Amino acid sequence: MSKELLKGNEAIVVGAILAGCRSYFGYPITPASEIAETAALLMPKVGGTFIQAESEIGAINMVYGAASCGQRTMTASSSPGISLKQEGISYCACAELPIVVVDIMRGGPGLGNIGPEQGDYNQMVKGGGHGNYKVVCLAPNGAQEMCDLTMLAFDLADTYRNPVAILADGFIGQMMEPVEIPAPVIDLPEKKWAVKGTADTRDNLVSSIYLKHDDLEAQIHKLYAKYSEIEKTEVRFEEYRLDDCEYVAVAYGIVSRILMSAIDEARDAGIKIGMLRPITLWPFPNERLRELSRHVKGMLVAECSTGMLIDDVKLAIECSVPVRLYSRVGGNIPSATELGNAIRQLQEELP
Amino acid sequence: MKDVFKKPDSFFDEFSRSAGVDKEATHYCPGCGHGNLHKLVAEAIDDLGIVDRTVFVSPVGCSVFGYYYFHVGNVQAAHGRAPAVATGVRRALPQSIVISYQGDGDLAAIGANEILQAANRGELMTVIFVNNAIYGMTGGQMAPTTLLGQKTTTTPYGRKVANEGYPLRVSELLSTLTAPVYIERCTLEDSKTIMKTRKAIRKALEYQISGKGFSLVEVLSPCPTGWEIEPLASREWLTKNMVSVFPPGVYKERTDAEPRTMEPLKVLNAQEVLGALNMSAGPDQRATSIPPDFPTHELVLAGFGGQGVLLLGQLLTKSSMTEGKFVSWLPSYGPEMRGGTANCHVVVSRKRIGSPFVPRPTLLIAMNQPSLEKFADSVRPGGMVVYDSSFVKTASIPSHVTPVPIPFSEIANQLGNAKTANMVAAGAIIALTGITEEESFTALIKKLRKKELIETNLKALAAGRESALALGIQVAGVGIH
Repeated sequence: MSKELLKGNEAIVVGAILAGCRSYFGYPITPASEIAETAALLMPKVGGTFIQAESEIGAINMVYGAASCGQRTMTASSSPGISLKQEGISYCACAELPIVVVDIMRGGPGLGNIGPEQGDYNQMVKGGGHGNYKVVCLAPNGAQEMCDLTMLAFDLADTYRNPVAILADGFIGQMMEPVEIPAPVIDLPEKKWAVKGTADTRDNLVSSIYLKHDDLEAQIHKLYAKYSEIEKTEVRFEEYRLDDCEYVAVAYGIVSRILMSAIDEARDAGIKIGMLRPITLWPFPNERLRELSRHVKGMLVAECSTGMLIDDVKLAIECSVPVRLYSRVGGNIPSATELGNAIRQLQEELP
Repeated sequence: MKDVFKKPDSFFDEFSRSAGVDKEATHYCPGCGHGNLHKLVAEAIDDLGIVDRTVFVSPVGCSVFGYYYFHVGNVQAAHGRAPAVATGVRRALPQSIVISYQGDGDLAAIGANEILQAANRGELMTVIFVNNAIYGMTGGQMAPTTLLGQKTTTTPYGRKVANEGYPLRVSELLSTLTAPVYIERCTLEDSKTIMKTRKAIRKALEYQISGKGFSLVEVLSPCPTGWEIEPLASREWLTKNMVSVFPPGVYKERTDAEPRTMEPLKVLNAQEVLGALNMSAGPDQRATSIPPDFPTHELVLAGFGGQGVLLLGQLLTKSSMTEGKFVSWLPSYGPEMRGGTANCHVVVSRKRIGSPFVPRPTLLIAMNQPSLEKFADSVRPGGMVVYDSSFVKTASIPSHVTPVPIPFSEIANQLGNAKTANMVAAGAIIALTGITEEESFTALIKKLRKKELIETNLKALAAGRESALALGIQVAGVGIH
């Protein structure tokens, strides 16, 4: 049998191990804990390391240490835990360390609750730590993608020497779906810059200090040159029933799944609507959205946050057509019926 | 001719990484203890023959620029986080020697948890802990180790017990832990104490080289600039004021600690990785034969925690998956699980599944009264409510759905195992809806490890099927067509 029924959270660890990740440092938090539990189970079987760190801060700094040595390494948490990791992510970005961070979002702010939410959009997509940097942000919407995009995350992290985030929500993490297991990655790229405790790496230094202002400015420019390359080459998205569409809906994660159902029903009712689902939230599919905006009457953004994704959509299309928001928060997710109503309203408003 | 005095090999000949103009001198102030200590550490690295294996971790503090001087692998770390960073390094490089060089603000204040936990895990690392009773780099603020009455920029009236508590004694604190193998406090007062420090640093590194465990050397060190005392007088101040509060000595030494092996990490081939995961890669090769009129089933399964409704949902999902159908399973999670009730959503379809979330089920399986009350009204018209009539005594079920009362628990009890009520339910659901083939489900049961469980579950499955068929309910039409 080559399909496995896996929770999204389990699929992440399977993907990580297939991608050659050999250390996991994490701290328990609902709804991300299965990632740590699965890593605790599987890492020792492939000769890897699992440590339940003393804190989220400890975990991200262990990741910083392991990544400094060139090892593929990761951590995962949920919203409040990600807030705690942000300083470390900023350090990794400046020191150009390839790391993978998974955020299984829950309800916030504050302690909030453990329901699924997308309120971390800004803290992950816009880089939630201090300073000038960006994090590549991948948004899976099912268990197969939890596995596949985690593998991709390690490749992107190594290619660009930059942190890569997986941004999912409690439902995508908890849901079980069939996963086709990809072949393991065996030949990992050589990392000449890494500190390896060997004679030929004695000159290597991993650091985020640039004491001279001009030096730091040059480093930031170097990062942003990298980011502009990423924006050119790494944009990923899925199109769903966009042929001949008069309206475009935009959503990611669990909301995109529900939106698919709503779009099917709307199409059955004769409304020409399709979905553009960003798979990379940064880099954002600006160009494709701009193209679409030239042919449609309006757009609908559905998100489990108070209007964060919609900002990027409006920026991408420079507000050239009306964009409407359907938002649920607090651990609630929209039903297909609610989204169907929002689609009908959009059509009535912009016939 | 033999050099009797030379720069250690583990120091750079020229400090070209330094931001300063002078590439020969260190950035440390005159009279600072870091210079002495760097030399002691560098000489130890040379003499122990570990220069190629050493990774030096320097967190924020005056010694954050350790990489200006030490010609070994260098990792600069965030304030207080060196023990966590060093843990990552040590685990990624089992054969390295890791030195975490930390000041007192870094180690004893912001990083107090990191050092405590790394020590308690017995990480194979050596910590050089510089205690100068003040924050040097940020300009002379109070440290956890600042003495009572000592004036700093943030204790301008002197440290007071009532406001700041007592100086923190790190060596004493950490020596209460079981894991560390060596903890000693030394000082840099004069040549005699410096030689003692030299010895302690070597010993600490030797404990790491032999794989015995975590070692830490606390070094009382002068900070003339922070203390606002002349360099020479600062050594006397140290002797006079610090030594009594932080008595030098060996606080912990476990010579009999069991050495750990430090094998390099094994690189597995593809077969070994898949073998470890117990999975096989590649596309699904099985032939699928889903009837063209197979509808989309959207299920809610709910009951008491312990009745096995989550497992029941998983098995129906998995069984349908093996037939090539599209499936999803979504549990209620978190505190709800501890409140005594559990539920999950299952979708089985011949088409790609949009929402895995089921607000309007085609089929509700209610294993108790509260579940029935909570979900019965949400069932779609034409849908079905299957419930355990052993527990549900008063069922108020909407007229547009078909009620199917079956005493799952009583049947399971009669079979001799109350825990198989969920399997009785499975047999009934399969017979009533055709969501999956009983054959596929049976194949899953047959994979169970305990042979006696296989027998019991198969019996329960059959009993469930018969109980459903006995009701003679017309089932065509359940599901979304």
